[in-house]
Amino acid sequence: MKNYYDIVVIGGGPAGLAAAIAAYDNGAKDILILEREERLGGILNQCIHNGFGLTRFKESLSGPEYAARFVDGVLARNIEVFTQTTVLSLTKDKKITAINTEYGVFTVEAKAVILAMGCRERSRGALNVAGSRPAGVYSAGTAQKYVNIKGYMPGKSVVILGSGDIGLIMARRMTLEGAKVHAVCEIMPYSSGLKRNIAQCLDDFNIPLYLNHTITRIEGDKRVTGVVISEVDKDKKPISGTEMHFDCDTVLFSVGLIPENELTKGAEIELSPRTRGAVVYQNRETLVSGVFACGNVLQVHDLVDFVSEESELAGVYAAKYVLEGAIEHDGVEVVNGSNIGYVVPQRLDKNIGGNVKLFFRVTNTFRDCTITVKCGDTVLLQRKKKIVVPGEMETLLLTEAKIAQTNGKIEVVLEENV
Amino acid sequence: MFDVIVIGGGVVGGTILRELTKYKLSVCLLEKENDVCMGQSKANSGIVHAGFDAAPDTLKAKFNVLGNMMMPAYTAELGVKFVNNGSLVVAFSEGEMQTLAQLKERGEKNGVSDMEIIDQEQLRALEPNISEEAMGALHAKTGGIVCPYGLTIAAIGNAMDNGAKLYTDFEVGAIDKNGAVFTVRSTKGETVEGKLVINCAGLASGKIAAMVGDNDIEVKARKGEYILLDRESGDFVSHTLFFTPTEKGKGILVTQTADRNILLGPTSEEMEVASTDTTASGLAFVIEKVRKMTKNAPLFNTITSFAGVRAYSSRHDFIIEESKRTAGVIHCAGIESPGLTSAPAIAKYVVEELVGNIVKLERNESFNGRRKADHYFKDLSNEEKNEIIKNDPSYGRIVCRCEQITEGEIVRAVRENPPAKNVDAVKRRTRAGMGRCQGGFCQPHVAEIIARELGIPFEQVTKNGEGSALVTGVSK
Repeated sequence: MKNYYDIVVIGGGPAGLAAAIAAYDNGAKDILILEREERLGGILNQCIHNGFGLTRFKESLSGPEYAARFVDGVLARNIEVFTQTTVLSLTKDKKITAINTEYGVFTVEAKAVILAMGCRERSRGALNVAGSRPAGVYSAGTAQKYVNIKGYMPGKSVVILGSGDIGLIMARRMTLEGAKVHAVCEIMPYSSGLKRNIAQCLDDFNIPLYLNHTITRIEGDKRVTGVVISEVDKDKKPISGTEMHFDCDTVLFSVGLIPENELTKGAEIELSPRTRGAVVYQNRETLVSGVFACGNVLQVHDLVDFVSEESELAGVYAAKYVLEGAIEHDGVEVVNGSNIGYVVPQRLDKNIGGNVKLFFRVTNTFRDCTITVKCGDTVLLQRKKKIVVPGEMETLLLTEAKIAQTNGKIEVVLEENV
Repeated sequence: MFDVIVIGGGVVGGTILRELTKYKLSVCLLEKENDVCMGQSKANSGIVHAGFDAAPDTLKAKFNVLGNMMMPAYTAELGVKFVNNGSLVVAFSEGEMQTLAQLKERGEKNGVSDMEIIDQEQLRALEPNISEEAMGALHAKTGGIVCPYGLTIAAIGNAMDNGAKLYTDFEVGAIDKNGAVFTVRSTKGETVEGKLVINCAGLASGKIAAMVGDNDIEVKARKGEYILLDRESGDFVSHTLFFTPTEKGKGILVTQTADRNILLGPTSEEMEVASTDTTASGLAFVIEKVRKMTKNAPLFNTITSFAGVRAYSSRHDFIIEESKRTAGVIHCAGIESPGLTSAPAIAKYVVEELVGNIVKLERNESFNGRRKADHYFKDLSNEEKNEIIKNDPSYGRIVCRCEQITEGEIVRAVRENPPAKNVDAVKRRTRAGMGRCQGGFCQPHVAEIIARELGIPFEQVTKNGEGSALVTGVSK
């Protein structure tokens, strides 16, 4: 086998596919995609509901349909793909060790590497939920895989903790499959899911959403027999006396996504404690020259349309890196100020050129507020907003002319209008 | 008809079973659960204690020190993970520093070697994340960590490789003796006959003792809750950190595990009815104590919490003795901490001294103390891995991405002694599902492999035996 490529893409989900196509179309023809599952497409393969592609294709596609457009794009080009191949390690000099049944443990080197490993779900274990540890406790994505890919029902009588999008989607899916979904509990005072999903997945099916509530006990010896949910105070501590009991055989957790950056850490690439993804320049290059990151391994997106957009950016610049060589970075930091959870990219480099879209999330629900991008005392950009919520990613476009005005650290802040 | 029937598939029963197969004896193990290692041997701290803790001249002290000395060779032979990481008993006051001196003295009486009292500076050099309040520690260099279920499963598997028979789902309901023959009857009515019975039934050992007329063995349950952190935080501490014991008890410990996770706990709660439920208050107590012992504990890397039970006797020492009322029965009861450390030494004593006292022991020349695959695939070199993949390509397919466990290892767990029949059993043997996603990604795939290997429909695959099916039916 060949053990040197211009670009190796780690991950054949929506991010990796879009990045590989963009890199190819921008002149890098020697590309390998490494995918651990049997098929390309990533998590989209199990997302059989509609709503993908509204932004990008102006039509509502299912997950597999959305993925197919990119899988077809890869297959139409001369891009090499290894499926059922798991990357075991990555070094900062871009040596990748992987394993599969055909080649065993093997090493490939690349001029540029694109990290597109996606994310994983936080599990019940991460939350220290009290009670027993029976069968019937699943993360929402695992339940989705059972129902949509494997063709099995993980349970018939369900309580869901967390109102992330996958939890909301699974509330509807389980109901359509004949299960009874008793409740969705959310410890925060707001849902972290998209508004359209609350309407279409809960309201339309009369599934109650309990905000400021969490599961305080799981019951059942061999299989779940019930849960206790409690209201929480402003410090997220359960309030005694507010307990409600539900008989159920299944508990689903949809309590957040964590970028899968174990390989990134192994390569000693700096991560942001805010996003738990790599720190990147606007071209999605990490602080290790020639290693790019995009999609949910970089920041957890709400919509796959934005994953594709971000990944194309990474692909374009990875190709540029291969064809034109490394960029000497001259970057300034972009930081999250008051009421802002994080900003991507975390570095801006004038040498890269072009306009830059800043992606960020707010830390709480705010009404009537102003978001400002500033450099020292210079206001670069200001936008008034009627309402912003943490569950929906915000973007602002910083033009090349504005970037030219900067001479130091850039800060994004949100202030409430009085 | 067996020469010896062992009741209880924990670490004590398991190591005794293996020891018995070194002799020309036909032996069997009766286990009430669907798999071995389902009680206290499954969920404990995994510490190989140095031996300074137990009062001199107790069985605990004797077997702890002997077991500690045996453990490196014992685990190496079985291919079980053991690390001689050293223990630190940490003092937070002058009074506790004095207690350390007493502990050291007690350890010396018990025959523990390589202990040293170290000051604050030395302690910080060993453990940079130790609390600023810590004043010093007793450093017991012979302390270690072992994978407790790895040890138990390997011992039983090796015994089976050497001819021992395993009966799972066999809960002993009655023991009758006719002449020199015992008939052990399960609660479902199956029977097994044998000439000797060894009671290693953990929590149930008092109940088993009563079946042969020994009503003076009282065994009670205590619960301990734990929190486990991701291997990513595995170097948060390298030694096992204990609080200095006070009249109120030993407190919790902070330790690396043999698999390089960080383990925090346990609480210690007396129970009327044995339960392994975790509680909000118990886990909060663990966190409070961890914050006293260390600084900047990476609790954000928590991957699971769980609870285990300990069986302790009202005599507050191990009970290892022949029945006073029924000849041919040996009791091993109340084997609480340091039972895991002591197990290999207890097994040697029980077989050579107690069994050997009743029957003539003749060496089994064909005994092989090694397991068929005494390695962890992940720890092999790339060349060694490729050699295995060449013969069996399924070792090239990663199923559990977090722990990098291959299909080949899962198949082996289902086929090898003692065979895994469900998802949790595979997890204990291979670590598939034990990592940071807790089986979120790999569980459906692991279950498919189990269904295929056992030739059963997917709907019949369970998490941990009857009543714990993963799915409730097919989707529309």
